[in-house]
Amino acid sequence: MITLRTVSKQYSSEVRIGPVDLEIPAGGVTALVGPNGAGKSTLLTMIGRLLGLDEGTIEVAGMDVSTTRSKDLAKVLSILRQENHVVTRLTVRQLVGFGRFPHSQGRLTAADEERISEAIDFLHLGELEGRYLDELSGGQRQRAYVAMVLAQDTEYVLLDEPLNNLDMKHSVHMMRHLRRAAEELGRTIVIVLHDINFAGRYADRICAVQGGRVLEHGPSAQIMTSEVLTRVFDTPVQVIDGPDGPLAVYY
Amino acid sequence: MSATIAAPRAPGRGRLLDPALLLGVAVVGLLLGASLFTGVYDIFGQDDGAQMFAITRIPRTIGLVLAGAAMAMSGLVMQLLTQNRFVEPTTTGTTEWAGLGLLVVMILAPQASILTKMTGAVVAAFVGTMVFFLFLRRVSLRSSLIVPIIGIMLGAVVGSLSTFLAVKTNMLQSLGVWFAGSFTSVLRGQYELLWIVALVGVAVFVVADRFTVAGLGEEIATTVGLHYGRIVLLGTALIAVATGVVTVVVGNLPFLGLIVPNIVSLIRGDDLRSNLPWVCLLGVGIVTVCDLVGRTIIMPFEVPVSLILGVVGAVVFVALLLRRRRHG
Repeated sequence: MITLRTVSKQYSSEVRIGPVDLEIPAGGVTALVGPNGAGKSTLLTMIGRLLGLDEGTIEVAGMDVSTTRSKDLAKVLSILRQENHVVTRLTVRQLVGFGRFPHSQGRLTAADEERISEAIDFLHLGELEGRYLDELSGGQRQRAYVAMVLAQDTEYVLLDEPLNNLDMKHSVHMMRHLRRAAEELGRTIVIVLHDINFAGRYADRICAVQGGRVLEHGPSAQIMTSEVLTRVFDTPVQVIDGPDGPLAVYY
Repeated sequence: MSATIAAPRAPGRGRLLDPALLLGVAVVGLLLGASLFTGVYDIFGQDDGAQMFAITRIPRTIGLVLAGAAMAMSGLVMQLLTQNRFVEPTTTGTTEWAGLGLLVVMILAPQASILTKMTGAVVAAFVGTMVFFLFLRRVSLRSSLIVPIIGIMLGAVVGSLSTFLAVKTNMLQSLGVWFAGSFTSVLRGQYELLWIVALVGVAVFVVADRFTVAGLGEEIATTVGLHYGRIVLLGTALIAVATGVVTVVVGNLPFLGLIVPNIVSLIRGDDLRSNLPWVCLLGVGIVTVCDLVGRTIIMPFEVPVSLILGVVGAVVFVALLLRRRRHG
């Protein structure tokens, strides 16, 4: 379980987070949605201890992220940020191998190699594993990063807009991979999504953020209503019945 | 995990030892052999040939190995820590800071031992590199060419300050002598402290994986549980020691830390641990070739190795820039 208690943070002069109280249960996919500048990514970054808090506490699986040693947290929690500017020339397999760092401190054992192979296969990167990252397309590279955080083998996986820069097909594939990771590997996935319909379709729970506060949090079906979405996004949204569940229409 | 069982595959990291590396070692070994037997003094014909050999040729050759490997490794570590391919101790001002530290010690305590001078150079190199890194953190321009430009500017400012101090204290000539990187003065009794950089090399080898992870950026490093700040501090300390010691014993070796890691990365990718022997080897090879050229080109006189390195390095640097531009 991820627990936030009276968390607040002055991020910039425009963005102020909190106070936020939130409980994200273990298991399944939870999507953070909301308008630009609502503080979704900031919240995620704070849960992933990449950004400090001004007030309050955040606990992941009972560990306080501000006081627990980073090394110990790395076995429970992994986070992937939106922009990963890597100048290092690594192959896909080498990159995924660094996901094993918390367990092996860089000296990969046979068990680590197996985990790496599994993560690579899980994201269908087998044929690309020997390629250098700078030779891949944006979507392939994104998959390699996700394979890295899966290889880290943590119960909690936080992803900041992993669909960014992906086209329709790759977005759908990515969400399917993440769903499978939640279902087959039992991971708890918290993901920032821009597209509300991806959240409605693939997330078990949606947490709607606005103005640095959590406005609504609950099962996807409960959030995917015209009334709630109109309030969250501050623009008229109509939810209609689609072939695979509710669809938000706002065009 | 998935139903398909992963077939046993080759591990991701390159092998440490392979025939190519042995060949490389042999080639560099030949170069070092050439260095041992190149010089004006006839070590075979003269009575004290063996003595001269021990006093000058052996120390000089060891100096080439240690300084070449140290500067190439410093460049590599620095490139990982800044996530920028165009930095190294001479394009970030580290060398100039080391020179300033050396000068200040020479002014304050003219009779200071070489160890004291070295300490001054190392401390100044550390402070200067930290200043540069802190500045980079604030401006977040990691990916661009602005980074080495800022470094070169910073180095120029520090260098001017050194020149000013030297003019004021009548030390300009000593400064020039210290700075022109040359292995001429690497003699028995004067170069032994250079062995300190061998320790730096061992340390870099031990923490190689951490530096590679740090090279993926602060956020990825943190998410896999690495204490990023500590690694930067450690890396800076190692760079400062290597640069400080080499500056005091040999002088300025421009571009070496820049071209060597780039060439190795182009050919072998960036797995630091399996690349380190190559980086050391290529660093030693290039410095040795440049030194041999410097020693023979106007025989019986010598051209400082920094001059040859500067020419070679500049050409390779420009070539790398153009290549990078073409390949995005």
